[in-house]
Amino acid sequence: MAMPHFIDRRLNPKQKSLGNRQRFMRRARAQIKEVVNKSIRERNVSDISNGETISIPTKGIGEPRFHHAPTGGRRDRIFTGNKEFNAGDRIPKPAEGGQGEGGKKATDRGEGEDEFQFVLSREEFLDMFFEDLELPDLVKTSLKEVCSYKPHRAGFASSGSPTNINVLRTMRNSFGRRIALKRPTSGDEDGLTQRILDLEARSDLTPDERLWMAELHKQLEELKCRRRAIPYVDPFDLRYNRYENHPEPNTNAVMFCLMDVSGSMGEREKDLAKRFFMILHMFLKRRYERIEVVFVRHTHEAQEVDEETFFYSRETGGTVVSSALKEMLEIVHDRYPPGEWNIYTAQASDGDNFSGDAEKCIELLDTALMPLCQYYAYVEILDEREMELFQDPEKGTALWQAYRAVGASWPNFETKRIAGPGDIYPVFRELFAKQAADG
Amino acid sequence: MAEAAAKRAPEMESGGVAEPESRHLFEGSNWTFDTMGRTYDAIQEIALNDLGLDVYPNQIEIISSEQMLDAYSSIGMPLIYQHWSYGKRFVREAQMYQKGYAGLAYEIVINSNPCISYNMEDSTMAMQALVMAHAAFGHNHFFKNNYLFQQWTDAEGILDYLEFAKRYVAKCEERHSTAAVEEILDAAHALMDHGVFRYRRRPKLNLREQAERERERRQYQERTFNDLWRTLPRNGADMQPEQADVEIEERKTRLKLPEENLLYFLEKNSPVLEPWQRELLHIVRNIGQYFYPQKQTKVMNEGCATFVHLYIMNQLYDKGLLPEGAMLEALHSHSSVIFQPDFNDKRYSGINPYALGLAMMEDIKRICVEPTPEDEEWFPEIAGSGDWRGTLKDAWANYRDESFIQQYLSPNVIRKMKLFLLADDSTDTHFTVTDIHDERGFRNVRRALARSYDLGAIEPDIQIVDVDLRGDRKLRLQHTMRDGVPLSERSRDEVLKHIRRLWGYEVGLVGVEADTDKTSYEVSTEDAADEDD
Repeated sequence: MAMPHFIDRRLNPKQKSLGNRQRFMRRARAQIKEVVNKSIRERNVSDISNGETISIPTKGIGEPRFHHAPTGGRRDRIFTGNKEFNAGDRIPKPAEGGQGEGGKKATDRGEGEDEFQFVLSREEFLDMFFEDLELPDLVKTSLKEVCSYKPHRAGFASSGSPTNINVLRTMRNSFGRRIALKRPTSGDEDGLTQRILDLEARSDLTPDERLWMAELHKQLEELKCRRRAIPYVDPFDLRYNRYENHPEPNTNAVMFCLMDVSGSMGEREKDLAKRFFMILHMFLKRRYERIEVVFVRHTHEAQEVDEETFFYSRETGGTVVSSALKEMLEIVHDRYPPGEWNIYTAQASDGDNFSGDAEKCIELLDTALMPLCQYYAYVEILDEREMELFQDPEKGTALWQAYRAVGASWPNFETKRIAGPGDIYPVFRELFAKQAADG
Repeated sequence: MAEAAAKRAPEMESGGVAEPESRHLFEGSNWTFDTMGRTYDAIQEIALNDLGLDVYPNQIEIISSEQMLDAYSSIGMPLIYQHWSYGKRFVREAQMYQKGYAGLAYEIVINSNPCISYNMEDSTMAMQALVMAHAAFGHNHFFKNNYLFQQWTDAEGILDYLEFAKRYVAKCEERHSTAAVEEILDAAHALMDHGVFRYRRRPKLNLREQAERERERRQYQERTFNDLWRTLPRNGADMQPEQADVEIEERKTRLKLPEENLLYFLEKNSPVLEPWQRELLHIVRNIGQYFYPQKQTKVMNEGCATFVHLYIMNQLYDKGLLPEGAMLEALHSHSSVIFQPDFNDKRYSGINPYALGLAMMEDIKRICVEPTPEDEEWFPEIAGSGDWRGTLKDAWANYRDESFIQQYLSPNVIRKMKLFLLADDSTDTHFTVTDIHDERGFRNVRRALARSYDLGAIEPDIQIVDVDLRGDRKLRLQHTMRDGVPLSERSRDEVLKHIRRLWGYEVGLVGVEADTDKTSYEVSTEDAADEDD
């Protein structure tokens, strides 16, 4: 018998089943899609871009075979571990759906038969998420932003503030100059002084020596004079680190989500709004290191709330849009100085507003808010039927008209009516298309 | 072989005399190729010279846990073609593994020559030893010697054939789109269980030749293809009625109806399939056939491997070759493999084939060596014969689960496992306990347990009985129902749709009671189409 053949396969290419996985994903696309859509409802606006554990129904990814039904007909079942049964005992059958079918099917994975659970990678999740938002394949974000400036090193300069002195360069210049101009060193001076002191210490000086000492004194005087005349460090030697201010993208962004939560905003409307907020968050996330999200809801009065309350609590009351704008303005002044923060606003509403409030909104936006905001997107959520009625962008509610007017004078103000998820992306597309053209 | 053994013996002895501690094949839990090789030799020594096993040459491959997941989500075959269902299995297994619901299999072994077994890199040396004894000798011996494997599988050719199949499927995907290939494979997989000739004839075994033949067939077709022939008028249309009748009779005989091998029938006779689609059916059929013996020998195959590993590990330990820790670890793992919960335990999921197989084989050994009067009565041929090795090897070679249980399940094992039998009649509100582990019950329990491993009873009997080629070409299937046991309806209808796809015309299925010939149900793909509208 030959020696066994041991083969080390650990370094073989990995991910051999990737092809199978892709085939499976394609197969289960419809189900996965549905689950992804559902999961969006449960996610926070800011955690859309993680992977997801999903479970999908096995319908459509089943592998049918001809096999006997678990019940029906006459059959013998055999079990282990008899305790108190005797031949002839009668045992009532468990109720429907009970655990009667211990034998064949209820293996450890049997319970998972109806729900199939697995993990989507981040990419797979985003693919699914983007699919019906109709994003183009490649969205290069080049968002416009307020720049803060940050100094970058840019060579050396002969002038500058003392804190920026480049010691190395300065000393090198000084050293060269001192050599060139033959500036006596402190060692030279010390040597000469020492010789004079030595002579002075003696009492029996010859006339020649006296002459010599006078000569030395003169030399010392000259040397000192020379040292004074040629400075150790001349202003001419000085070199400073030079800085240039480069515009630096501001790494902080704050995103305001404004939403009308009066009774007319139902489950569907809030859902669409949530997707709208999510996608703006996605774009911002690619750009900024830190994003804060502020939720402001309003009925006839506005308040800042947490995300949970924002999407899921119900409110009653009228609708005064300007209250939300005022609230936002206050928050900006309190916490987000526009010099440090890029401010983005996304507003969703069904278009209802207290009559006469629209003018107030225009006023607020024109004078106060728009100068502060990078981008302001407003979506009006309609149902499909209304969508047909409002084909013409000129027509619409007072709020719509008002916002159109604002949009006309501010290029970074976008308005859009949406009735389904597919309508959301164009709100952003125009903005990005414009930026790309500029850039 | 004898030479190798002779060479080793003095070595071991001298080692033993000089330094008693160094007799251990390995210390600690880490393995190296060196300790693996040494341990393999020691295992082989016992397997061949003590147990007298007869095995294919071994090829042991070390793989990572990810590769292990890969391998067993593709039905344990290293080279299987790509299909979404393997991806599905992979994500499920990976999920179970990552969440810690299920451990990974320690090994996978392939019925091929050389016999390939996979060992996991993260296993300890003790586990590697256990796995080598289990797979490389236990399963290997069973594969090589059991009559079903000899008759139904071609261990020489399987790897080449899989390689061919994989390339062929990939080429088809390239040529005809993944979706088109998937459609055929899905349908073929649905019929995989009905792709063997159970009753009629044994298969041709040479897979390598088959792959070669298919290549030639295709080349010939491509060379001789001439589209002009298609434009010639067919003479079937203007045939005389009597003539046509005769032709149908002839054709029916030629179709050899009834036919139990549904895949074969469709492959050969479907009016709509292209040659490459037929070849795909052929591939699935071959793979189904390859697994056919495994389905019928779960208890025996696992029992044999478990018996072998337990014997070998004990021998190694007795010889002082295994450190105590390693032996304890191996025993711990062994006992969790053969764990059999009671029927009312939450963990109960039917009878554990490892437990049943090992219990029966250990009992055969006991009967041979120290029989009781009861054994003398039940097993006169083997009781007290002393030759347990020969008896077991004979059983491993010549039985499958059903006949093995029927032949060898002893009252002792029935008592130990406390087996009992429930009659379940769907018209009754109660189960009836018909037999338990007592004098009166033994034979019935044994018969029922044997039957529960009979593929003929587990898998529905469905055959093609008629094709009305003259009229609507509807394919008629008959399900012969035993004891009124119906098919699971949802999957039944799905499978019928798959058959329709392969056949190209409507498909009907009639359920007939085996004992009364009464028609119990009738379904057709036409009904399903109506519902969809």
